[in-house]
Amino acid sequence: MRRLDGKVALVSGGARGIGAAAARLLAGEGAAVVVSDVLDDEGETVARTISESGGRARFVRLDVTSEADWQRAVDVARETFGSLSVLFSNVGINNGPKPVVDVSLAEWNHVLTVNLTGMFLGARATIPAMRAAGGGSIINTCSVSGLVASGSPAYGASKGGVRQLTKAIAKQYAADNIRCNCVCPGPTDTAAIRAFNVTDDQLTGKAATTMLGRLARPAEVAAAVVFLASDESSFVTGSELVVDGGVTAL
Amino acid sequence: MTKEPALRIVESQVRPGRLAGKVALISGAAQGLGAVEAVLFAQEGAKVVVGDIADDLAAGVAAEIVRSGGDARCVHLDVTREDDWSRAVATAEQEFGALHVLVNNAGVAQVPSSIPDLPRAEWDRVLGINLTGMLLGTQAAMPALARAGGGSIINTSSVAGLVASKAVAYGAAKGGIRLMSKATALHGAKENIRCNSIHPGPMDTNFDGVYRNETTLVGTLARIPLGRLARPIEVAYGALYLASDESSFVTGTELIIDGGVTAI
Repeated sequence: MRRLDGKVALVSGGARGIGAAAARLLAGEGAAVVVSDVLDDEGETVARTISESGGRARFVRLDVTSEADWQRAVDVARETFGSLSVLFSNVGINNGPKPVVDVSLAEWNHVLTVNLTGMFLGARATIPAMRAAGGGSIINTCSVSGLVASGSPAYGASKGGVRQLTKAIAKQYAADNIRCNCVCPGPTDTAAIRAFNVTDDQLTGKAATTMLGRLARPAEVAAAVVFLASDESSFVTGSELVVDGGVTAL
Repeated sequence: MTKEPALRIVESQVRPGRLAGKVALISGAAQGLGAVEAVLFAQEGAKVVVGDIADDLAAGVAAEIVRSGGDARCVHLDVTREDDWSRAVATAEQEFGALHVLVNNAGVAQVPSSIPDLPRAEWDRVLGINLTGMLLGTQAAMPALARAGGGSIINTSSVAGLVASKAVAYGAAKGGIRLMSKATALHGAKENIRCNSIHPGPMDTNFDGVYRNETTLVGTLARIPLGRLARPIEVAYGALYLASDESSFVTGTELIIDGGVTAI
C-alpha cells in the first residue's frame, strides 16, 4: 500500500522544477497524475518518464489563466483516471526584484493574473470534481514571499493573496471534506531562481539566507506536497507548510 | 488514552520504513498521542525509546512494539529531571547505538482558572513541565543528535501556542515552545539538527477530554471547520513527516494540525 494509492492528482506547472518533482513523487506513491503546463515538450517528457517507470501519468496543455484549459484538464483527469482528488496548483512567475515605483501596471497585472487568479481558477474548476469524488486536497504553492517581505512587490502580493485564498477555500469546503493548504518554499534550486541569481555569488547569497545554508532541492518541497495530498494530513487544512530551511524563523 | 484500537505493526514491510535506521526518543509516550507516535514510528522502522512517568503503561507500549516485530525500550522519564533525561538519551545510545529523533511530547493541562485566581504554584508547574521540560530534553538530546550526524527535534505545542487560550499558563508554555523551537533550529542548523513545533487542535484523547463536557464539546466543534476532533494518529503522522528525512529542508517552523481552527 503506497501513500497515494487510489488518488488522482492534477499538477499545474508540472514540466519543470518543483512541479515536475512533485509529479514524479506523487506518481511514485501511487497517484495517477495529470501533468500540465504550457511547456508541451517538457511536460510530455515528465509524463512519459513516469509512465515508463511504471507509474500512471498523462500530459495536458494548461495555461492557468484560461478557464477553458482548466476545465479540459479536469475533464482529462476524470475521463482518463475516473476522478480527481488532488490539485497541486503550482504555477508561478516572478518578475524579479524591483522598487514599487518602477513596477509597471502591465507587469503587476501579469504577475497577479498568473500567480493568484490562476490558482483561483484552478480551485474553481476542480472543486466540483472533488465534491463528486467525496473530498480532496488542494495544495497551492505559496512562498516565503507570502509570509515576509519580497524583493518583488507584485510577486509578494500575489503570494500573500494565495495564502489567504487558501484559507478561504479551506473554510468554505471543509464540510465537503475538501482540504486546502499551501506549501511555502524558501529558495529552491530551480531554473526560476537561477533566472535572477545567475552568478555563483548570487546563489550563495540566496543559500545564506537559510539557517541550513543551502538551497532546497525540488524533491524536498515535493515531499511536503505528498504529505498534504495524502490522507496522513486529514486534519490539516487552512495552514501553511513552510519548507524554507529556516528563512522565516530568523 | 486514545479510543481507537491499538495500531498494529504491519506485517513485514514491503518497502523500507520511512524511519528505517533511526532511533527516536519520545516523552510522554505511555498513552495518548505519544503512544500512537511510538507505535507509528516503530511501524515505519524506527527503534523507539518510550519515556514516561507511568512506568507500567510505558512498558506496555514498548512490549506491544516488540511483540509486533519492532524494537523498543521504556525508560522512566520525568521531563523536569535532568538526570532522567540523561538516562533516557544514554539508553538510546547504548541500546540502539545513536539518537536521531527527539519528540518532546509530554505535557500537562492546566487547571481552569481566571488569571487573578491562578495560583503561582500552578503556573510554575505548567511552565516547568510543558516548557522547561522541553528545554531539558533539548539540552540532553542535542549532543547525541550531533554525534549521530544530525537529527530532528519535534516539540509538541498546540493551537494554544498560536492564538489565545483561556488557560494562561498552558498558552504561555505552548507559545514559549514555538519560539524555543526556532531558537533550537538556529543553534542546531550547523550540526544538521532540525527543530520544529507541531500545533494540534482539539484532539480526541483523555488529555484534552479531562476538562471537556457535552456542553463545551459543542462549542469546541463549532470552532473547527472540519467539524470534528483530531484523532491522535492524524497528529502522529505530522510528527512522522517531521522526523523523517522527507522534511530535510523544514526547520524552525510550525506544522499546524488543527482542522482549520486557526485559519478562520
